[in-house]
Amino acid sequence: MEHLLWVIPAFPLVGFLTLMVAGRRMGEPMAGWFATSMVGGAFAATAAVFFGLLGRDTGERVYEFTLFEWLPSGEFSVSFGFLGDPLSIAMALFITGISTLIHLYAIGYMHGDPNFSKFFLYLNMFVFSMLMLVMGDNMLLTFLGWEGVGACSYFLISFWFGDEANASAGKKAFVTNRVGDFGFMLAMFLVFFTVGSLNYSDMFLSVMSPDGIAESTATAIVVLLFVGAAGKSAQFPLYLWLPDAMAGPTPVSALIHAATMVTSGVYLLTRMNPVIAESANWAPDMIAWIGLFTALFAATIAVAQNDIKKVLAYSTVSQLGFMFVAVGSGLYVAAIFHMITHAFFKALLFLGAGSVIHGMDDDQDMRHYGALSKAMPITAATFIVGWLAISGVPPFSGFWSKDEVLLAAYENNFVLWLLLLLAAIMTAFYMSRLVFMTFFGEARWSDGHDAEAVDGEIAAAEDADDDATVEAAAEAPSREYHPHESPWQMWVPLVALAGLAAVGGVLNLPFSHDTKLLEKWLEPILFGNEVHITASTGTKWLLAIFAIVGGVVGIGLAAAAYLRKRIDTKAIEAPILAQGWMYDKAVTDFMGGPGRRMFDAATWFDANIIDGAVKGTARITTTVGSRLRLAQTGLVRTYALGVVVGTVILVTYFVARMSF
Amino acid sequence: MLNILAQPPTDAIPTPDVAWSGLMPLLILSGGAVLLLTIVSLAKDFIPRWFTPIYTVLIGIATGVAAIPLWLRVTDTPSAADPNNGPFATLDSSFGVDGFSVFFTMLFAAVVVLVALLANDYLRREDIDGPEFYVLMMLSASGGIVMASANDLIVMFLGLEILSIAVYVMAAMHSRRIESQEAGMKYFVLGALSSAVFLYGIALTYGATGSTNLVEIREFLSNVILLNDALLLAGFALLLVGFGFKVAAVPFHSWTPDVYQGAPTPVVGFMASAVKAAAFAGMLRVFWLTFGSYRTDWQPVIYGLAIATLLVGSFVAIVQTDVKRMLAYSSISHAGYLLVGVQAATNEGTATVLFYLAAYAFMVIGSFTVITLATGPGDAKTSLTDIAGLARTRPVLGIALTVFLLGQAGVPFTSGFFAKFYVISAAADANSYGLAIVAMLAAVVAAFLYLRIMMAIWLDGDEVADPTELAAAKAGIPVPWGAAVVLVVTVGFTLVFGLWPEPMIEMARDAVPALAIG
Repeated sequence: MEHLLWVIPAFPLVGFLTLMVAGRRMGEPMAGWFATSMVGGAFAATAAVFFGLLGRDTGERVYEFTLFEWLPSGEFSVSFGFLGDPLSIAMALFITGISTLIHLYAIGYMHGDPNFSKFFLYLNMFVFSMLMLVMGDNMLLTFLGWEGVGACSYFLISFWFGDEANASAGKKAFVTNRVGDFGFMLAMFLVFFTVGSLNYSDMFLSVMSPDGIAESTATAIVVLLFVGAAGKSAQFPLYLWLPDAMAGPTPVSALIHAATMVTSGVYLLTRMNPVIAESANWAPDMIAWIGLFTALFAATIAVAQNDIKKVLAYSTVSQLGFMFVAVGSGLYVAAIFHMITHAFFKALLFLGAGSVIHGMDDDQDMRHYGALSKAMPITAATFIVGWLAISGVPPFSGFWSKDEVLLAAYENNFVLWLLLLLAAIMTAFYMSRLVFMTFFGEARWSDGHDAEAVDGEIAAAEDADDDATVEAAAEAPSREYHPHESPWQMWVPLVALAGLAAVGGVLNLPFSHDTKLLEKWLEPILFGNEVHITASTGTKWLLAIFAIVGGVVGIGLAAAAYLRKRIDTKAIEAPILAQGWMYDKAVTDFMGGPGRRMFDAATWFDANIIDGAVKGTARITTTVGSRLRLAQTGLVRTYALGVVVGTVILVTYFVARMSF
Repeated sequence: MLNILAQPPTDAIPTPDVAWSGLMPLLILSGGAVLLLTIVSLAKDFIPRWFTPIYTVLIGIATGVAAIPLWLRVTDTPSAADPNNGPFATLDSSFGVDGFSVFFTMLFAAVVVLVALLANDYLRREDIDGPEFYVLMMLSASGGIVMASANDLIVMFLGLEILSIAVYVMAAMHSRRIESQEAGMKYFVLGALSSAVFLYGIALTYGATGSTNLVEIREFLSNVILLNDALLLAGFALLLVGFGFKVAAVPFHSWTPDVYQGAPTPVVGFMASAVKAAAFAGMLRVFWLTFGSYRTDWQPVIYGLAIATLLVGSFVAIVQTDVKRMLAYSSISHAGYLLVGVQAATNEGTATVLFYLAAYAFMVIGSFTVITLATGPGDAKTSLTDIAGLARTRPVLGIALTVFLLGQAGVPFTSGFFAKFYVISAAADANSYGLAIVAMLAAVVAAFLYLRIMMAIWLDGDEVADPTELAAAKAGIPVPWGAAVVLVVTVGFTLVFGLWPEPMIEMARDAVPALAIG
């Protein structure tokens, strides 16, 4: 069974390599089907490993498999090994599962794209890197995967790089992530210098031993790791890149920028829970409060967005904040639980949005939508499931996981809980706004005939992907639309994800210890660092009722504003919110103004001092070289003289050392 | 006196026992060479021209394969089931078979195969085809095996001469090129000088220790404290000159640029890989293994030689304009790095030298393969401007050359990176920090050289931008199958062991030299 571990990432790797060599020849749709089947194979292998682990006793649920010694070099030895424990397998299961569905979806979505096979090549590469990230048995392999998913993310954001905005969005993601990666690297160095190993099992063994690691060192590691996690998981102040990343094709937004990659920060912190347990108390508190701030901050921005994908992007940032609150409060299970349910419903929402965009001729502006539920019945129905899940309406999955996170916040601090509840209410509000503006109300588009005449049949594929951009659509609201349901490759994943988003809660039902499947499953990797809930059952019920009421209030407010028109929407959609509290602009202005001057100074320093040194070296080198070259006369006698002189020097030296 | 003469010869001359199995690779290679010479002399008109290269490749492969069981035997520890395991010696303790010598045997076998594949087309292109090249190369490589296995200074000298004399002739092989003749002549005269010095060193060592056998010398040096060691130390100096000449260490390097530039390019590939490796094998056997107890005396000298070699090799390379001369200086600077590993005088240092030699052999043969193909018929157009724009006219050759140059510069993800990394860390482990720092700085300077070539092949050569000329240039450089195989193998070796050095360095660590009695 250990041997199956390396098979899991090997599937997408084979897919990637094959597509690299033969992708163009396979063409559409073969390349897509091939890529999908590779990821499906990885899912099957993961499932097999999962059942293998399940068959073991709780304490022995770990597979380790070292493929080879990677970098043997004295003290520093890193193996290329995989770790199959409850956490990594749980991650791998939902990663491969959702990836398979999204690959399938992308076959329909990317129909007609000139770079069809290249898209799947990147997607396979992404899945491979993501699996390396979660399954590597040491920090260096995790980092390798971390950089790999980052690289795929940049490639895919700027996939349609012909458009300047897409290319610069990719650049933005790249630069912002560098800041985070720097934190990760420093944390890794610090771990190596204090613990002497990057292997997780060795590291934890050493950290958990008495006098294993100083509190200050552990705190520094946690803070640095959090910087890395904040970059990848788009937490304040490094979240900037994620909304822009929506420039990529929608399946990418669903897979990378909602379900999997952006949660790797949460994974990393959960994995490192023994180090967090050793750190000073303020470090996890900082994580929780930054998570809360991000959750609130992003939720306010989401309220005023008109681009359907931007709403979902800010929503993702906000939901990631929820997960960090749980991590910071020490309820790792709640974080992972919310990560999984979020992956279900957010992937569903993104794919649904993609289906809508697809049907609306690539227009992403919600102000041009309305009453689409008739034209796209399947998309609308599945989207509504996702909406109810994220809004926290029982019994959908989001309710259960969000309830756990709120409970975690309550255990930590009352104010934390109260503000997080506010964020939850706002979540329900902006998601309802999105749904009402898109699927209900009156149609704000025209198809040239009567809007009612659209019968929702699957339209022919030829009007699928033209290269119309958002801007073009926004400038021409009077254009004609032909909303239609998407092909089956697109709605089958929607239905599957809707099912998961509806019932995903059963993973960890709070009623008794026996129904907390996820908590029992993850127990071995948490080493008892999970905080024990002290709240009474009555309190828990009360908190749940508050959460439900909050969700209903949010939905109700949105209904009043956007369906009944009782509230002036201008007041809600304040320009400052629409522009994200001007944070992005402030950063841009700073970078363009004082920052720019700083960079100019750095450039000058580089050009004159550093390059000067380099050029100086070159000049000295050349001069010395030409002088020495004179000795090369080409005459044998000169050369022989050289040999003889050398011999004399050597003999003299040696004889001078002799002992009498 | 008369009595002795008058005595009838009662005993036959005592002949030593021969462990034939230990000599197998050597016998296959040298016997193969002699057999080839015999066949072509007797049946010159019946032999098709493809026979000789194929035959040489097969002999090379057979040599390598014959070394495998030996490798398994000598790197294993003796056990009850196999009491013969472990290093052993034969021919009256004068020929040692240990992991070290078998490692070099395999390396030489690989070099023979690769150079034979490369030379096949070259010899035809230059119209100097014939069996002589192959015979000489096999003989020279068997001289290398003898050097790497020698347990006796006389045997070492024998190996050195077998190795060298064949190479002198190979260097002068291109009979219509005056530069080739000149190169062979220069190499021969200076080589003869260094051999004489080396032989004198053997004589002095014999005078000081009373033996030429390395095992006995080591025993003697560890048991006897010499009251006057002037003779021995002078012997060290002269032996070091002999080895230093062959590895092209400064100040014994001056032949290198001229010979590399003039000699036929495949021969240069052979010299840079096999000759250098054989000389380092001899140096390690004699100095580290035999004179190990006197290491405080010879380490400083190698330290000095290493620094001089690194600096001269890196600096002078910069101002060259001929690619083959550039690579000659590069080969000098590589000798400097190898001396850094020798200077460490530890088992780890020895292992790093072996790793370096293997990595370098493949990179340098690959480099000269590209040069052979790119410079075209005549073997004379080897200046930097002649290969400008190569990467654009022939992307495959350009990429391959780039890989080799990056490897020689020591860029990560190539075997060259680990080669440099290992020798420098071996030096640091042996507390030679100054040397380690000089080696790192020299790597920076040497990077200029490799970058210059890379820039020339990727960025220069705008004059051939015209499509018709481009097509003509493309058509002008066909890649024959033999060279293609060489390129695939050498690029593969450089990249695979650059990503995953584990098996190679482990093998080098298993190949520790041992002086066994047998």
